[in-house]
Amino acid sequence: MNSAAGGEPIIDIVGVNKWFGDFHVLKDINLQVARGEKLVICGPSGSGKSTLIRCINRLEIHQKGRITVDGIELSNDVKRIDQVRREVGMLFQNFNLFPHMTVLENLTLSPVWIRKMPLHAARKLAFQYLERVKIPELADKYPGQCSGGQQQRVAIARCLCMNPKVMLFDEPTSALDPEMIKEVLDVMVDLANSGMTMLCVTHEMGFARTVADRVVFMDAGEIVEENDPETFFNHPRFDRTQLFLSQIISH
Amino acid sequence: MAEEWKAKPALPAPILETGIGGWLARNLFSSPGNSCLTLLGLALLYWSVPPVLHWAVFAANWLGDTRSACDAGLPGVKSGACWVFIKVRLGVFIYGFYPEAERWRVDFTFLLLAANLFPLLAPLLFRSLGRQLLLALVTVFAVLFLYGAVPAGVALVLLFLPVLLVWLSQRVAEFAGGGTFLLPALASCFLGALAAGLFLKLFFAGEAMVPISLFVALLLALLLFTRRLGVTAWRWFLLATLYPLIAWLALLGGAFSLPLVETHFWGGLSLTLVVAGCGMLTALPIGVLLALGRRSQLPVINTLCVSFIEFVRGVPLVSVLFMASVMFPLLLPENVNFDKLLRALVGIAFFYAAYMAEVIRGGLQAIPRGQYEAAEALGWTYWKMMGLIILPQALRLVIPGLANNFLSLLKDTTLVAVIGLLDLLGIAKAAMADVQWLGFTREAYLFAGLVFWVFCFAISRYSVYLEKKYHTSYQ
Repeated sequence: MNSAAGGEPIIDIVGVNKWFGDFHVLKDINLQVARGEKLVICGPSGSGKSTLIRCINRLEIHQKGRITVDGIELSNDVKRIDQVRREVGMLFQNFNLFPHMTVLENLTLSPVWIRKMPLHAARKLAFQYLERVKIPELADKYPGQCSGGQQQRVAIARCLCMNPKVMLFDEPTSALDPEMIKEVLDVMVDLANSGMTMLCVTHEMGFARTVADRVVFMDAGEIVEENDPETFFNHPRFDRTQLFLSQIISH
Repeated sequence: MAEEWKAKPALPAPILETGIGGWLARNLFSSPGNSCLTLLGLALLYWSVPPVLHWAVFAANWLGDTRSACDAGLPGVKSGACWVFIKVRLGVFIYGFYPEAERWRVDFTFLLLAANLFPLLAPLLFRSLGRQLLLALVTVFAVLFLYGAVPAGVALVLLFLPVLLVWLSQRVAEFAGGGTFLLPALASCFLGALAAGLFLKLFFAGEAMVPISLFVALLLALLLFTRRLGVTAWRWFLLATLYPLIAWLALLGGAFSLPLVETHFWGGLSLTLVVAGCGMLTALPIGVLLALGRRSQLPVINTLCVSFIEFVRGVPLVSVLFMASVMFPLLLPENVNFDKLLRALVGIAFFYAAYMAEVIRGGLQAIPRGQYEAAEALGWTYWKMMGLIILPQALRLVIPGLANNFLSLLKDTTLVAVIGLLDLLGIAKAAMADVQWLGFTREAYLFAGLVFWVFCFAISRYSVYLEKKYHTSYQ
């Protein structure tokens, strides 16, 4: 099952179940992600894919099963949760930049206050990552003055400033115009090439084809199938997967 | 060959479109009904303004020091306002019954407050450290010339300490590197407090030993455990800790060879400002805590905050003040006695905290869920997240509501009259009852009203300034 590089998986999800009230969102999920692996999770809306990656940094709490991130098992222990969150960066559909701070402040705030980094070092780091996402000129702008694509790239830089081992992407391009989707995907491809471990919930099948090591298809809270992109797109095992792919590719 | 086309020359606009005529036609006489209203308004102004101006300015008595100056008007001529009355009693209006020889202490306290608060309230004006230091230096020299060396020393400490502390905290951070030294740090807090206490014990017979030692301990703790506070943060910290200590020692006295002036001598504008200032400084933080508590998911804290807020919002301020002054001492043991003013301050602070809590909760509810999630995903813990990410946004949203609360707090200080403290309005009323100066009710009320208006208007304009400042930086 664990097709990519060997060794301990960095994320180990075993028998995870989750309910929202009476509604069974995640049903017996088992998933291992190796260091440096790129995973794309797709599926119809309401299939539980966002909930699954939100469980990994405990924005959602699972009721049954075990999630281990880089050797730390998630529990109600606040210290462990913070430890995991510092190693796991997350991108959101709505960017969620802090609107009352400039782009530079958005980037330096967490390293300074959470990682206890000196301010000048944090600024240097911030500019380094702004260069990497190709928007160093926006450092003194406020998020409200940037376009959606620029905001999402700032959000990526903000994550990178915390030097995470894993990055989670929760539909990072769903709220963007087509032109902006490309600039964000370019940054994500660049990130993938640098060897970052990535879990992406996305409908960008082109991205999945070129970048992913493995594609996971979810429906109704279950992992229906997972495979390398070549096999997944050309020879899906289940009719449900086929239906989903035909719908998503037809337009 | 085509015919030559000539543009028509531009003609001047009709007289009723531009200039004063146009403005009048558009705004005052745009229809017969509006013209009638304009004329009616002019008539009203004509009937009301000149008599008021006549009374308050032209026919008013400004000169002299005794009642006879106001009574000397010609018989039959309607005489104007007697501002001599206000002028003679100005000291009482400002200081209440504070002994005349000690009034400089009140001036000193408020001067110090102004010098500390100004860079905080107008950060754009005092962006450079040089300007801040210049203001501090000017203040220290002013205090030195006006009140002597010891007050100047106090001002020097209060105003320059933030800069020194920033420098010290950088040295501490360099020395400590990334490590934590819990035990040595705690020990040095304790030792620092002990040294301060011992110093006071030996040289000043132990005066104000406990609060000063506590302050030193708190200062050292903050210095050693938080290594990244800026000048502004330190200034706020000193305003909330050291300044009240200085103000309390300076105003009350009874220590460091200052004669004791008990709080029932306090009064007038200075009392109004003390009550309002303390109320604002304490009600806002308590309000923030109550608002956070009310949104907390911990059932005990939540229930406590909700019941406190709902209880306080359900009773009038007057009854809270009565409770604080009459009922509260009954609940205490015989020999324990809190000052009446202190009890009133606590009552007002908690009363307004409950109102502010609800305003702030409104702001918290307007912050999208995503902001919390983004902060949590980056590894932020609750208090840091609230302090640096959520509350700064929430408080900016509720500036108009908070300004409302601050204004009504300032005006409600007049209610301390019901427990026998004479604020500006109380002093004005007391002045009216003076047998030598009977019959000047209008002057007294007008003066008190004008002073309140000036302060309230200042708060209101400041809130508009804040709103604009934060709005422009948002988008």
